Amino acid sequence: MSRKLHTFKGGVHPPEHKAESNARPVHAAPLPKQLVIPLRQHIGNPAKPVVEVGQRVLKGQLIGAADGYISAAVHASSSGIVTAIGPAVVPHASGLPDDCIIIDTDGRDEWISLAPLDYRAMEPADLRMRLRDLGLAGLGGAVFPSAVKLDPGAAHHCPTLILNGAECEPWITCDDVLMRLHADDILQGVAIMRHLLGSTEILVGIEDNKPEALASMRFAAAKLDFAVEVVAVPTIYPAGGAKQMIEILTGQQVPSGKLSTDIGIQVFNIGTAHALARAVHHGEPLISRLVTVTGFVLRPQNVEALIGTPLHTLITLAGDREGSTGVLMGGPMMGMPMPDLAVPVVKATNCILVQSAELFPPLPKALPCIRCTRCADACPAELQPQELFRFAKAGDFGRAQEYHLFDCIECGCCSYVCPSHIPLVDFYRYAKSEIWAREKEKRAADLARERHEFRQFRLEREKQEKAEKLAAKAKAKRAELAAAPAAEGAPSEADAKKALIAAALARAQAKKAEAAPKNIDHLPPDTQREIEEIEARRAKIRELARQPLESEEKP
Amino acid sequence: MFTAILVMVGLAVIIGLVLGWSAIRFKVEGNPLAEKIDAILPQTQCGQCGFPGCRPYAEAIAKGEADINQCPPGGEEGVKKLAELLGVEPKPLDESHGTPKPKSVAFIDEQICIGCTLCIQACPVDAIVGAAKQMHTIVADECTGCELCLPPCPVDCITMVPIAEDLPHWKWKAPVIMLKKVS
Amino acid sequence: MPAPFILDRSSVTQVMAWVLAALLPGIAVYVWLFGPGILVTLSLATVTALVAEAAMLKARGYPAKPFLTDLSAIVTAWLLALSLPALAPWWLIVTGTLFAIVVAKHLYGGLGQNIFNPAMVGYAVLIVSFPLQMTQWPGPLSLTDAPLTLAQSASVIFGGDLPKAMLDAVTMATPLDALRTGLLQQLTVDEIMVQPIFGHYGGIGFEWLAGAFLLGGLLLWALRIISWQVPLAFLAGIWLAAGFLHFFDAGRFGAPWFHLFAPSVMLGAFFIATDPVSGSTTPRGRLIFGFGAGLLTIIIRTWGGYPDGVAFAILLMNLSVPLIDAWTQPRIYGGATRRGKAPPA
Repeated sequence: MSRKLHTFKGGVHPPEHKAESNARPVHAAPLPKQLVIPLRQHIGNPAKPVVEVGQRVLKGQLIGAADGYISAAVHASSSGIVTAIGPAVVPHASGLPDDCIIIDTDGRDEWISLAPLDYRAMEPADLRMRLRDLGLAGLGGAVFPSAVKLDPGAAHHCPTLILNGAECEPWITCDDVLMRLHADDILQGVAIMRHLLGSTEILVGIEDNKPEALASMRFAAAKLDFAVEVVAVPTIYPAGGAKQMIEILTGQQVPSGKLSTDIGIQVFNIGTAHALARAVHHGEPLISRLVTVTGFVLRPQNVEALIGTPLHTLITLAGDREGSTGVLMGGPMMGMPMPDLAVPVVKATNCILVQSAELFPPLPKALPCIRCTRCADACPAELQPQELFRFAKAGDFGRAQEYHLFDCIECGCCSYVCPSHIPLVDFYRYAKSEIWAREKEKRAADLARERHEFRQFRLEREKQEKAEKLAAKAKAKRAELAAAPAAEGAPSEADAKKALIAAALARAQAKKAEAAPKNIDHLPPDTQREIEEIEARRAKIRELARQPLESEEKP
Repeated sequence: MFTAILVMVGLAVIIGLVLGWSAIRFKVEGNPLAEKIDAILPQTQCGQCGFPGCRPYAEAIAKGEADINQCPPGGEEGVKKLAELLGVEPKPLDESHGTPKPKSVAFIDEQICIGCTLCIQACPVDAIVGAAKQMHTIVADECTGCELCLPPCPVDCITMVPIAEDLPHWKWKAPVIMLKKVS
Repeated sequence: MPAPFILDRSSVTQVMAWVLAALLPGIAVYVWLFGPGILVTLSLATVTALVAEAAMLKARGYPAKPFLTDLSAIVTAWLLALSLPALAPWWLIVTGTLFAIVVAKHLYGGLGQNIFNPAMVGYAVLIVSFPLQMTQWPGPLSLTDAPLTLAQSASVIFGGDLPKAMLDAVTMATPLDALRTGLLQQLTVDEIMVQPIFGHYGGIGFEWLAGAFLLGGLLLWALRIISWQVPLAFLAGIWLAAGFLHFFDAGRFGAPWFHLFAPSVMLGAFFIATDPVSGSTTPRGRLIFGFGAGLLTIIIRTWGGYPDGVAFAILLMNLSVPLIDAWTQPRIYGGATRRGKAPPA
């Protein structure tokens, strides 16, 4: 291909380690006894459970409905009984539990009936809602609901569609294998994306360390009735970052703080395209994905795993070994350590990387920053990581933000090259979550201030209204009374006042009479007697209570 | 001699005019310092500082009538920020006004609530909904955790529930680089 | 422990070791042309620096091993030693090194925290306090009758027990000193330049030394341990400033090549101004930093009270680094020019 490629600034080239896992055949992971399906697998609102404990569900049945526009549904990955809906440990850096639906599988793997979608005949908005209900979300790592990304918005079309097959993280090969085996399906998905986005230029970027995937995709692309350009891009981490891929292929940069669609480009992971094709042509919800199981295992390989399968099932399949020092979800650059091997495979799980002391030696102790700016040279976002580190460490988050902390993509290049071995990304994540928390706190404080001020205002207003009402009433009364004696003779201020008081007294009497307890009318005689007895006793007690006082006063 | 006096008088007039003009031109409505202080205060409106709300406390600080360490919900960090704003030394929280507690929200046990509306009247941010002889409930998102609803409740049905750390509220911890020897 | 879980093989020790290695050609030329006295100075400075570093680390409660093996103290010691006259008395070397390590480095917070280049602070303190001892430069061997042996150099450095006449025979004004003295005597540059100490570009021997430092500097640049901006801007600053003055009045101001090939310039350009800790970190900032240092060097050399201005120029630019950095923040990916954006919630 003769396309002129561009380069992005920075980047690193860690050892690739792709050969371990991309040569073995793909197996389907065994059906686990229990599936744990988190309701929050995507960016946006978590899904809302629509099943009950004890209910039998079929494979592919909707169990959590999308909640709002930026959300995606979740489905049962196999048939079985829902045994619990509640918190369970999920793959998250915090190790905190989150709401999940737990299904005890019955081994029958019984599907619900599936119906393909005729995407050309459907309204785009309806199609997108169907895709949201089929649980489609980006499989590249960020897990953004695909339906939202497939909305070209007000522009009504998105001229350039980029398929991201870079897979730049070391060790991971699931996209590589998917492209080798299912190039046709992937491009079917691309056809649907093209239909929804109205794209005219379609580019597939694949790192040049995957010649088989490139060949397979080119072969499949040649069979299509529309042009798809499969481009080999240089192997450099993070070429698979969406913004970096855009720059390599088009030479354009996504303006800071904007979306790629603002410059007419949308990027999808190739796994998402595959899932989209399955969803549209077979009506299949997103209930499984390819996962690379590699690192310190006997048979590193890719497996087709159901969403909700516990990690240890996959590690056992790949052959676990004595002496592993931990398990990562994702690659070594951006992955996160798993608190527990019972955590399930989720839509974001591209890789399970088993660590050993030999493959991943413990990181050396950090030294102070010597401002050598290797991090700045490696930063693909073209930031000044050494300054961000200084501000984050000092807790000067405002300055960190001024130095564009939020443009950091947390790719880890800076930490990778740091000669002082400082865990820089940690500091950025810390600073970001601190800023978000403060932002939230500030919003809460502003709301509280507003509500408090409104309350003060309301109380003041109520007081004023009451006073006004009273004044108006008094005035009316006075006028009325003034009018009455006027007929009799000379009205005087004092008379009017007296009359007012008299009227008020009369009103109070009337009210008292009205307010007299009604529950003592028409009582049966014995109850009446009882009441009288009680009243008598009360009077006596009152009398008794008064006496000592008087006696004390007398002497 | 005469020239010198003239020059001085002239200077005084000119500077006076400039000052007068800028006083009009750059006039700031309200008390900007109290506003800045108010922006730092946590807006819990709990009154632990001895003032009926955050704003009066801010005004008192601005006037120099109150110390900066009387706000337990703001904690040490709040004191530090106030000290920074006012250019004074930070000092430890005044314990007589209470101690910082983990962030909590009030929770009404609806089985016990008798619907007396006393808590509704006490709430400084109108975060309790309900009516006379109707069960009340707290809008958790708007509750500041000020605890002002606790004392008026005749049946003690309100409890403070600390906000638990869950996934959406989870924060990355500050990384620690151990350079010094652990002694 | 979060991501990333793999690291490049680089380390502070490796960076510092390359800097030391890049100084070796310069040291070799030094020994060849000026005698082995410099080896005594280097060893003394190294030992002093390591002892001072260890003592300060202990006093501040830091572990000794990672900080002693990072070699940064040795780099400071060597840079200071190479800036001092090779026959300077031992106490001068020890005082300068101690000041560099204890005050300029550790009292400012140790590795990575010093705002001034420690070696240059040590040098500045010495030249301000002991100007006489700072002129005991050995003459180039080609101009001396009886070059000192290693043992003789050591006895000069440690005992100073060399007859005054003999010391005068082996030490000599540096070309910069000679130029300065000559100009003060109302001589023109051409009249001064006929003295035997001057060679093709700079001083005899000194120009070879400068060439060796240049070679080492290019090695560091090839290894990407230093950026190209600082040395280039520094040299450009010197060349342009000196060239302008020379063009203006060739009789009163030295030629740009002469200024460029004074050894302190090459050492300063590639090894001292490029010190990452006390230098600017942005690409444009480095250009400003280097150019400013070059300009100041010529200004101090021409009008200042000291024979050489590299140390003071670099220290002055160190002082302006925070401002330079703040003003020259580079454009980021996506070209946000405006500062401070609301965080995405």
